[in-house]
Amino acid sequence: MLSQQITTLIDKELKKYPADQRQSAVMAALRFVQDEKGWIAPEDMADIAAYLGMPQMAVYEVATFYHMYQLKPMGKYTLTVCTNLSCQLCGSDDTLAHLNKRLGIGPGEVTADGKFGLREGECMGACVDAPMFTINNKRLCGRLTAEKIDQILAELDKQ
Amino acid sequence: MINIEIDGKQIQTENGSTVIEAAHSAGITIPHFCYHKKLSIAANCRMCLVQVEKAPKPLPACATPVAEGMKVYTHSEQAVKAQKGVMEFLLINHPLDCPICDQGGECTLQDMSIGYGGGHSRYHEEKRMVLSKDIGPLVSAEEMSRCINCTRCVRFGQEIGGQMELGQAFRGEHAEIMSFVSGAVESELSGNMIDLCPVGALTSKPFRYKARSWELSRRRSVSAHDSLGSSLAVQTKNNRVLRVLPIENDDINECWLSDKDRFAYEGLNTADRLTKPMIKQDGKWLEVEWQVALEYAANGLRQISNGAGAEQVGALATANSTLEELYLLQKLVRGIGSQNVDFRLRQSDFSTDGKQQGAPWLGMSIADVSRTDRFLIVGSFLRKDHPLLAARLRQAVKKGAQVNVIHSVDDDLLMKVANKAIVAPDSMVEILTQVSKALTAEKQGQSASGEAGAIAKSLASGQRVAVFLGNFAQQHPQAAQLQALAQQIAALSNGKFGFLGEAANSVGGYLAQATPGAKGLNADSMLASPRKAYMLLNVEPELDCANPQQAVAAVRSADTVIVLSAYKHQAMDYADVLLPIAPFTETSGTFVSTEGRVQSFKGAVKPLGEARPAWKVLRVLGNLLKVEGFDQDTSEAVRDEALHGVDVATKLNNAIGGVEVKAAPSANGLQRVSDVPIYATDAVVRRSAPLQATADAAMPQAWLHGEELKKLGVQAGATVKISQGQGSASLVAAADDKLPRGVVRVAAGHAATAALGAMFGTITVERA
Repeated sequence: MLSQQITTLIDKELKKYPADQRQSAVMAALRFVQDEKGWIAPEDMADIAAYLGMPQMAVYEVATFYHMYQLKPMGKYTLTVCTNLSCQLCGSDDTLAHLNKRLGIGPGEVTADGKFGLREGECMGACVDAPMFTINNKRLCGRLTAEKIDQILAELDKQ
Repeated sequence: MINIEIDGKQIQTENGSTVIEAAHSAGITIPHFCYHKKLSIAANCRMCLVQVEKAPKPLPACATPVAEGMKVYTHSEQAVKAQKGVMEFLLINHPLDCPICDQGGECTLQDMSIGYGGGHSRYHEEKRMVLSKDIGPLVSAEEMSRCINCTRCVRFGQEIGGQMELGQAFRGEHAEIMSFVSGAVESELSGNMIDLCPVGALTSKPFRYKARSWELSRRRSVSAHDSLGSSLAVQTKNNRVLRVLPIENDDINECWLSDKDRFAYEGLNTADRLTKPMIKQDGKWLEVEWQVALEYAANGLRQISNGAGAEQVGALATANSTLEELYLLQKLVRGIGSQNVDFRLRQSDFSTDGKQQGAPWLGMSIADVSRTDRFLIVGSFLRKDHPLLAARLRQAVKKGAQVNVIHSVDDDLLMKVANKAIVAPDSMVEILTQVSKALTAEKQGQSASGEAGAIAKSLASGQRVAVFLGNFAQQHPQAAQLQALAQQIAALSNGKFGFLGEAANSVGGYLAQATPGAKGLNADSMLASPRKAYMLLNVEPELDCANPQQAVAAVRSADTVIVLSAYKHQAMDYADVLLPIAPFTETSGTFVSTEGRVQSFKGAVKPLGEARPAWKVLRVLGNLLKVEGFDQDTSEAVRDEALHGVDVATKLNNAIGGVEVKAAPSANGLQRVSDVPIYATDAVVRRSAPLQATADAAMPQAWLHGEELKKLGVQAGATVKISQGQGSASLVAAADDKLPRGVVRVAAGHAATAALGAMFGTITVERA
């Protein structure tokens, strides 16, 4: 079941589109679910489909098409490391290696305590700050060095 | 019209059409995979790239609209280079498993690779692999690595089937066709995806590894199941039907086929086929020669008609029997002096007999359905009873037609329904009366309120209106009143009204005169006041009759029961002689579809064992009983005799007069609402294992409104005892809040409910 908060948010989103094109809100709806739960389960997709009056498979198509939708639990803090060209040239391999050393996980994995998840991501459009990762697709952290990563991890650990 | 030039050929084509359409209409082939004339344009396979003058790059012919003076080259150097390039890309990931692929020999990709593929591959890396999927008992998705992602199957589901069960998940190299959470494809039209798939990704599960396409002989035939008369090709090898495919016929089935028509053939050669004539002596069944069995049958009939009187003989046939069979059956029965013959086995109201001016039919051609803009569908399980007609309506709705529904259940039609009135069976007459009144008011400029008012408003706003009576309305105990009201409503909205025929030969039965005359007994009264002798043609009384309890009691109490059947069935208990007859693939015959189209077909294979075409069996019985006029040599001769001097077009007439409309006394207690599930309609489909494995053939449940369940103190999922008359059945209770109050939906035509009584009327539900 979609929570009250989510349906309220979706309803607000729906106002942007014509009344007979409710499925326009599907991307936003998926995002709201992910913001609340951290990932999107097939049951959530079915709920969104029912709420927006669209086929379940159509929701699934959208959810699997976009890389930023998590289709499995990825920890409380999902760190998405950009591995595209600019970041790679500026040392994203080192970023991944350092995270691996600190957290003991590789891309696509979650720490045993469920606190951190690691993913590879595509260009975040801010190459000036390469190398970089995002936290839960929201917070952008750039110009990463081992010290800076340790600092961010310590900060997240405290929360 | 605008002028374009393709490969130097001047072509006139309609403005708004695409290059590929213009080329195809001029007989020029452009290679393609994802394009299909009945589906929307995707332009994702890129195979149809052509050179267009002044365009800098090759353009996809399927998605390029024609323009005045356009010059297109489909085989120029640039075009062919582009096509070959696309082909090389398509083959990069396509497995080289043609020798073990079921599509081999009828594969578009294989054919195209002959013309456009290279002799060897420049790609040496690893090919991508896509895992197999289980999408149900009909369509095999075992080798999804073969998929070229044309998305024809996805578009078919969305656009024709009305439900998007398959989709393309993930993207880029990881894109794959799949269903949501590995669900089965449950559409009643799913088999068409097999035809649409240009490669061997989606193939027929029952046909898998049975034969190569070039080993099959192909015989044209006609659907023996629903009343549309779809054109089909029966494909055979070694005298066995191995596959059924649609034959394109834009007037009937377009290029589609329902799963029922496509996979029913799996029920043809089951273990319970009757292959030898049998007679019962001293309670034991003996296999005998035809001569013995026929004389035994003739003797039985002779004894009853000479002793108790010919009116003690009753003959029943299903509406899936051919015109020839029905004609000879009634001729035989009339020849020995009885008028008791009928094929309307599930009908319960026969008061139209004598008042009905002709054979009830669709009232228009099937193609005209697509041109109708307002529909009123009364009492029809449309999607399950007439899958392809539902698909036509779906297309009409997309073009702006409005569908209004009056019914006792609210099943999803997978199309936009403008208005609906869902009422209990005893209120059907009332609601139609209201619609009729509201229409009269509408004409005087007053709008009535409520569902009836909304329906009337919708009908009044149409240019071409159709009112259709479905199976449920025809089987309804007040069918005559419903018909009279439908006629009234159609007249008030200047529209047409018609019947959605129940089975392949629902019109043909009337033309064959397989109905009782004024002095005869109809299907119901023949069983209500039991006869001493029965002839049953294709009938399984406990499954095919309106009241199985009554039917079984009647045949059990009879002295002689002569069964003409393709299968051994319950008749082993009560019959005296079993005559093995040929199902539609093994005999020639004729079906008259619901639009009045007379279609004859030939047998595709020889009859199994000693089975013989029923028309021949009936002819010899006629000879043995010394009835005049039983000397036809061919089924064509029988057909010509049956239709001699009959102008089919004038015989088709739904008009009815002299029916008094009066509200029925409202029923006490729960009323039964019965559908005949899609794969329970006739003997052949009931035996088709793949169809019986689908969700549509699941065990019937007792469906009630949630509040009704509460009243009974029953939880959904609990077993309940359903009783009617002396019989009862144990079913699982299920909640459907879209049902009206006071009804129980219990399927008919199924072994689990065969002990119950009439398809309509009161019924009790108790906690088991």
